[in-house]
Amino acid sequence: MKFHLKVWRQKNAKDPGRLVDYTIDNINPDMSFLEMMDVLNDELIRKGEDPIAFDHDCREGICGMCSMYINGRAHGPQRAATTCQLYMRSFKDGDTIYVEPWRAKAFPVIKDLVVDRSAFDRIIAAGGFISVNTGQAQDANAIPIPKADADRAMDAAACIGCGACVAACPNGAAMLFVSAKISQLALLPQGQPERYTRALNMVKQMDEEGFGNCTNIGACEAECPKEIKLTNIARMNREYLTAAFIQE
Amino acid sequence: MLMTMSTLNAKIPPGPLAEKWSYYKEHAKLVNPANKRKLEVIVVGTGLAGASAAATLAELGYKVKAFCFQDSPRRAHSIAAQGGINAAKNYKNDGDSVFRLFYDTIKGGDFRAREANVYRLAEVSVNIIDQCVAQGVPFAREYGGLLDNRSFGGAQVSRTFYARGQTGQQLLLGAYQALERQVGLGNVKMYARHEMLELVKIDGKARGIIARNLVTGELERHFGHAVLLCTGGYGNVFYLSTNAMGSNVTAIWKAYKQGAFFGNPCFTQIHPTCIPVTGDYQSKLTLMSESLRNDGRVWVPKSVEDAKAIREGRKKPEDIKEEDRDYYLERKYPSYGNLCPRDIASRAAKEVCDEGRGIVPSGYGVYLDFSDAIKRLGVETVKARYGELFPMYQNITNEDPLKTPMKIYPAVHYTMGGLWVDYELMTTIPGCYALGEANFSDHGANRLGASALMQGLADGYFIIPYTIGNYLAGEIFTKPIPTDHPAFVEAEKRVSDRIHRLLSVKGRRTVDEFHRLLGKIMWEYCGMARSAAGLTKARDMVRELRREFWSDVRVPGSANEFNPELDKAGRVADFLELGELMIVDALHRNESCGGHFRVEYQDEGEAKRDDENYRYVAAWEYKGDDADPALHKEELVFENVQLQVRSYK
Repeated sequence: MKFHLKVWRQKNAKDPGRLVDYTIDNINPDMSFLEMMDVLNDELIRKGEDPIAFDHDCREGICGMCSMYINGRAHGPQRAATTCQLYMRSFKDGDTIYVEPWRAKAFPVIKDLVVDRSAFDRIIAAGGFISVNTGQAQDANAIPIPKADADRAMDAAACIGCGACVAACPNGAAMLFVSAKISQLALLPQGQPERYTRALNMVKQMDEEGFGNCTNIGACEAECPKEIKLTNIARMNREYLTAAFIQE
Repeated sequence: MLMTMSTLNAKIPPGPLAEKWSYYKEHAKLVNPANKRKLEVIVVGTGLAGASAAATLAELGYKVKAFCFQDSPRRAHSIAAQGGINAAKNYKNDGDSVFRLFYDTIKGGDFRAREANVYRLAEVSVNIIDQCVAQGVPFAREYGGLLDNRSFGGAQVSRTFYARGQTGQQLLLGAYQALERQVGLGNVKMYARHEMLELVKIDGKARGIIARNLVTGELERHFGHAVLLCTGGYGNVFYLSTNAMGSNVTAIWKAYKQGAFFGNPCFTQIHPTCIPVTGDYQSKLTLMSESLRNDGRVWVPKSVEDAKAIREGRKKPEDIKEEDRDYYLERKYPSYGNLCPRDIASRAAKEVCDEGRGIVPSGYGVYLDFSDAIKRLGVETVKARYGELFPMYQNITNEDPLKTPMKIYPAVHYTMGGLWVDYELMTTIPGCYALGEANFSDHGANRLGASALMQGLADGYFIIPYTIGNYLAGEIFTKPIPTDHPAFVEAEKRVSDRIHRLLSVKGRRTVDEFHRLLGKIMWEYCGMARSAAGLTKARDMVRELRREFWSDVRVPGSANEFNPELDKAGRVADFLELGELMIVDALHRNESCGGHFRVEYQDEGEAKRDDENYRYVAAWEYKGDDADPALHKEELVFENVQLQVRSYK
């Protein structure tokens, strides 16, 4: 297969950046998108050009590191998949493909397709945990948790923190990411003692990082590789509102 | 090869096996809270071992600096573990106990692990589950609200806790959140996108690291009263493996070259259920959880003709009648069947494929068939049980495993070898520790499924917090050493010299090209079957490839920028050295045990151990780039289990 690529090149955070054209041929349809990028980089290195920088690690859709905006969609056209899980058979021979980094105020570009997502870590550090030191725990079966609650907590916990929700959102909002963690911990008995302070602290940090607000567009849910549901955002709003009243 | 008899002291506590850990804890030195605040600990790597250690040490009051090369500590490759974590809770009332988990692990490792360490691992396994549940890890539950378990290879009880097919992810996020909590409290300083490139030693003790800021390229000097290496395994020496692209040996290799002994480097785990290789462009292999062997049945056609017809597309698996199928694991190992240990299942797959009965075009693939489970349990139950795994397989292969059998083949997955550590997890360099997959300690020659997560968290949450105090108690008068100390200056110079050497070759071939070639040599000669002749040849090949690398590699860009190719080049350069050590180790061990299968030593395809001559840990000491490494032996003493031929029949 042959493709025309328009790839975002940006030397560093200060460089304005631009789209650069590349043509690539002899691509096997069973290659992953990142393997196609490997082939392109191999060619660039041999030609003495600067290879395209992109984030990737596990290449099996779980680490959350890969992050390409492909043809205007976070992680490309395939539903419920990360960039590394996208295969070239999803495209047509001769297609033109646009490849850009995540674009959001809170995710500054480091180089080419690589962005800085450390804001997510700071949001977790602000409250995305249960304060239990090692060794303090009681027996694991001491508190039964209804299977339905455990399953819903697991649904929310499946988030891989890739940031596709932010990239897909016209407001650059991180509410799907933040709400997934708030929901997971609010659904579990172990999460109750810090339930409301957690919601307040995480939302505060989210705002400070420069993420936008939710206006119920739903692009985050549509593009989430782990199919995290919008209902988490509703739950987060409820938690936050309740917390605000309790704090009063 | 130099041979030195054992000078290695594993510092195993006295007393009966079941009381050793309690004895140790009761007698280890303590550091009081005021002094803990003055002691700095460096933790390299933020997977299960690193994140749990960093969080716990910070909770105790130590000043911690944590490093990872990824953009966030949450990305460490522990996240990809699918199936589960073992613990001797005996919630199923099926006869499990600490001793049984210990025994299964020792036996599974083919009697090449240290009894005292393995027993302690089994002992603390129960605490891990308690801790994780308290952190909010959403383990699978039964309708009554209690925790569910499943069975895994090498065990006859159900002791594996799981969170759908994402157990590693959930455990890692638990540890990551504990770590971030300490970051928020100011007790841990986190350095993401930083790679450790040298260990700094002062007066024989580990005193810090040189790390490279991968965004700016800057080299940084960091002091620590102790250094913990929690950097995972080195399976990527094979190029194709189930490891993440960035997983590497560099941190522990630097420690090895600074004097830490490397234990059993050739002990590699080849996981039986991965998606087969399809093309040269492939960058990594994907594992399908071993838990699938609970319900999936492994088979190939009985006849070479049927297999050939399938390979050529003339027949489909459905066309092969029941009586013409060979469920070879069930046939050969009736009491464990499809749940026999990984090394055995992998070798059996290789054997049937070598006979010409493989079912994918390359010849290297077998079926994992769920049709019986679907008949027995219904599609929905089977789907629910394996969560993400089926869609993941379908996405990669374009085939639906609910309709047609999965195709699988073994792939490199885990390395049992690693830095040699004593009972306290300290390497042969005082103050330098290795935790998790980075050490050699608990899995012998073969790791059982669902035991890697257990070991990573055991080391980080429950072992190092006790054992590090025993060392740091003697360091309370050591003031932080300024990083303009000559040892830091020299270490930094070694790093920058090497970076400049990599950049100045300006050859014609890419880093990946060399990495692929190295992988092919290692897989062919130091993979599932090894021979003296092949290993001898491979050693020369690796040396030659290393020479070519340093004269013909092309690394683009400069040292002072974000340059992933440079990062990769440094890692591959280290793999090119490690590969030779693995070969040396495999060549010296004239026996077959666990994942180490020497074709000269077998009994009709079953590994033939030599307990008389090889009942020891091979710990290798670096002696210079051009010199052979020196072998040290830690004799393994088995007082609580009887050495026997490992049988799963």
